[in-house]
Amino acid sequence: MSEPFLIGDTMTGGYGKGPDILHGCTIAVEKGEIAVIVGPNGAGKSTAMKAVFGMLNVHSGSVRLDGEDITALSPQDRVIKGMGFVPQVRNIFASMTVEENLEMGAFIREDDIKQTMEQVYDLFPILRDKRNQAAGELSGGQRQQVAVGRALMTQPKVLMLDEPTAGVSPIVMDELFDRIIEVARTGIPILMVEQNARQALEIADKAYVLVQGANAHTGTGKELLANPEVRASFLGG
Amino acid sequence: MDYLNALVALANFVIVPGLAYGAQLAIGALGVTMIYGVLRFSNFAHGDTMAFGTAITILFTWLFQSWGISLGPLPTALLALPFGIAGCALLVLGTDRVVYKFYRAQKAKPVILVIVSLGVMFVMNGIVRFVIGVRDINFADGERFIISARDFKEMTGLDEGLAIKTTQMITVVVAIIVMALLFYFLNKTRTGKSMRAFSDNEDLALLSGINPERVVLVTWLIVAALATTAGVLYGLDKSFKAFTYFQLLLPIFASAIVGGIGNPVGAIAGGFTIAFAEVTITYAWKKVLTYVMPESLEPDGLVQLLSTDYKFAVSFAILIIVLLFKPTGLFKGQSI
Amino acid sequence: MSFSLRNTFLVLLVAGLYVLEGTTDFWIFSGSPDSALKMLNFALISAIMALGVNLQWGFAGLFNVGVMGFVALGGLATVLISMPPTEGAMAAGGWRVLLGLIMGAATIVLTVLVRAKMPAGKARVLATLVLLVGGFFLFRWVFDGGVEGIEAINPALFGNIGGLNFGGENYKDYGWMAIVAWPVGGLFAAAAAWVIGKTALGLRSDYLAIATLGIAEIILAVIKNEDWLSRGVKNVTGLPRPVPYEIDLQNDPGFIEKAASWGLDPMTASTLYVKIGYSLLFTVFLIALLWLAQRALSSPWGRMMRAIRDNETAAEAMGKDVTARHLQIFILGSAICGIAGAMMVTIDGQLTPTTYQPLRFTFLIWVMVIVGGSGNNFGAVLGGFLVWWLWVMVEPLGLWIADVTTAGLDPTNWFAVRMSEFGAHMRLLTMGIVMLLVLRFSPRGLMPEK
Repeated sequence: MSEPFLIGDTMTGGYGKGPDILHGCTIAVEKGEIAVIVGPNGAGKSTAMKAVFGMLNVHSGSVRLDGEDITALSPQDRVIKGMGFVPQVRNIFASMTVEENLEMGAFIREDDIKQTMEQVYDLFPILRDKRNQAAGELSGGQRQQVAVGRALMTQPKVLMLDEPTAGVSPIVMDELFDRIIEVARTGIPILMVEQNARQALEIADKAYVLVQGANAHTGTGKELLANPEVRASFLGG
Repeated sequence: MDYLNALVALANFVIVPGLAYGAQLAIGALGVTMIYGVLRFSNFAHGDTMAFGTAITILFTWLFQSWGISLGPLPTALLALPFGIAGCALLVLGTDRVVYKFYRAQKAKPVILVIVSLGVMFVMNGIVRFVIGVRDINFADGERFIISARDFKEMTGLDEGLAIKTTQMITVVVAIIVMALLFYFLNKTRTGKSMRAFSDNEDLALLSGINPERVVLVTWLIVAALATTAGVLYGLDKSFKAFTYFQLLLPIFASAIVGGIGNPVGAIAGGFTIAFAEVTITYAWKKVLTYVMPESLEPDGLVQLLSTDYKFAVSFAILIIVLLFKPTGLFKGQSI
Repeated sequence: MSFSLRNTFLVLLVAGLYVLEGTTDFWIFSGSPDSALKMLNFALISAIMALGVNLQWGFAGLFNVGVMGFVALGGLATVLISMPPTEGAMAAGGWRVLLGLIMGAATIVLTVLVRAKMPAGKARVLATLVLLVGGFFLFRWVFDGGVEGIEAINPALFGNIGGLNFGGENYKDYGWMAIVAWPVGGLFAAAAAWVIGKTALGLRSDYLAIATLGIAEIILAVIKNEDWLSRGVKNVTGLPRPVPYEIDLQNDPGFIEKAASWGLDPMTASTLYVKIGYSLLFTVFLIALLWLAQRALSSPWGRMMRAIRDNETAAEAMGKDVTARHLQIFILGSAICGIAGAMMVTIDGQLTPTTYQPLRFTFLIWVMVIVGGSGNNFGAVLGGFLVWWLWVMVEPLGLWIADVTTAGLDPTNWFAVRMSEFGAHMRLLTMGIVMLLVLRFSPRGLMPEK
């Protein structure tokens, strides 16, 4: 099997000089696929994603994007390399308009961004209507769309979402999942951390169950949904 | 009852001085609010930054005067202003390099930066005193009045005069230009927007590839321009004295907080709020009231709510009221 | 408490600086024991102020930029306690002023009560406004009348309400009233600190800084302008003192004899005697406050304070009322500054409102705490002594530098002219630079917290 498009390979590390949180954890996503990370609270799901994005001190293991070793790069440099990241909280510029949020997302680009902006508006039509409104005044679901839209403005080669549905109502959550699938259909591989394990596994091509900073189960979403152990521990039977 | 004279008296003693003072405070508060928004601390050295910029402007004014260059009816200081701004920019950029950068790299707590700015304030004050001395300096030249009280009386035949000093007019005009430029920059240019983004959400700004050191640099440049302009306008209107600028710190902070610190629109609203509150509360209303009240009700005292010596108390009281009831200010400011 | 070698060395070094000032006129030293003792007395007072600020900053992380205001309030207390009442002042308007002040306070209390009782809405805003505006005018009417009455009494000499000294004409015989005034100065400062703390604590840290900056300016404006209180900028002079007067000593045959036995002329002996008297008195106060501060900080209360300072969120999560604790320590620290302020007015013998400048009374104290070692009471005291020495010596040092740098220059040269004025501005620059250097390279100070 060939190398996945993005892989965090047997990563061990923690925040700053703190204790290790990840212990030989491996996360990967293939082109055109959705990979999800699920697991109990405190399992290190978000930490694993942040490690892939370079926000963690990873002292063994490596991160490779499209075959290139990017372990030593800063998060900013990884953005330039083509990684888009949507943090879980504070992921929009609340005092700026929706359009300005998108513009800022494209800050590193020197070329014309009009077309990308249109694509984002096509993906999230509600944002087109609210383009001149301050992003902080939007509803929770709309703000998440702004956040994802901002990350898409760099035309990333891979998109990473940290709990995109945290704190939104179930109806909005379903809509967000639909949007994420649509984004994936445009050809961008997606790596995401999800609290709502069942829905996440349903849309996942590949899924990782983490426990205490290490891989516990790996498989396709369907496989894990069918796995009795996984069902018993996080899916409530 | 004589409403027209009352109105003229009101304009002469309250509205015109209030507008000019408000504009000066607003530009000062804009500087404080910009530093707060981007560098995230209350800069106690701002008053002395203003003093330094003004001192350099005065030196250039003297130089131009000695060369015989003038702006005719307008004060020569306007011509010297860009040089003052440049001098001030060098100072604040140097300070940032030598002092603040270290703490930024360390991610020091805001309160540490406030203390550091206190140290910077004293060094700057010492420099200002060294450069220009401690004397009271009046550097406004050109035409003193646009319209003097006597001319106004002759023109209109009213009992009350309305005097508008050139410096007051200049203050308001310059303030409008400065604010327009600043808002254009912040809302329409890429660099301006990146500054707002950085101020709004630093982590996300970094993720978006905004270079923090560039944002900081541009911020200091703007702050130098704002501080020097505010200082020169205030100095033209009143006079320049090395330590009066320290005393402007309280009304300027009050303006920034009342408006909502970190919010430029708020800084302007706050500046005028504080200025008008100060002027109306310390103004002796007897004159205006004698015109509008029936003779039997004419006040016998000065009808002055507070003596002018307590003008600080006005800014302070407003500050306290805002802190108690609306800590984020009139316009929503940042609260970290 | 065992002192390490390093600390012993530091203490000896600072003590040496004072001894040098008193014994040699080499370089910038004056060689006058009188000047050294004067320096020591003010250093003792400064050390007490530093102790107060250290309590707030070192142990609670509170940034007080209004030290000057609390110091000035302490000074006011000295006048209001240790001076005799001005004859007829109470009858001429004193009661009326008192009534006015009570009415003013009542207005505020009433407003707060009404606001607590009424539901939020337009009616409440209206009631608040009516109460405050009506109360203000009523207060001004009663109060102004009283003020006029008091200020009319022999304005060239008095025109103020006076104090509580019951000695009347012979009030100077009741010098111990001055010592009574010192803790009262602390109470005054504590009251002001309560008001500020109630408002600004619990908000973002720099709001406290700005609020204290404001209250200091206002306290000073009040002291400068309310002539009925302490004659404003006309100063109150001739304050009683707890030590004998030089002139009395010089006229005392017993003292002249003793002076002769020390080998001193009566003049010198009397000034030294008085200054040493103050030194002993201040040292007693300093040691007492230092002991109390040490006791408090090694108590569970002190440990909790430091826990809060180091991690406010964690302390809050453990159910500590952070704001209430901060209020306590803010009041205590300010009170100590007030005590020191009262002591200073006593040794000066007069209240001179125009001498209160933020550089001298706020900033300098901060430099002392930071240089000495914030969080360590002994460090703050050491910083007090060291920085006070520097503060006094900067001027001769500045003159020396000016002499050296402009040697050989034409005195009308721009640089020479600037340098000749430089000595006076040296203080600002030196203190600022010392503070920045210590913050940058030794943020824990000379005697770091353990």
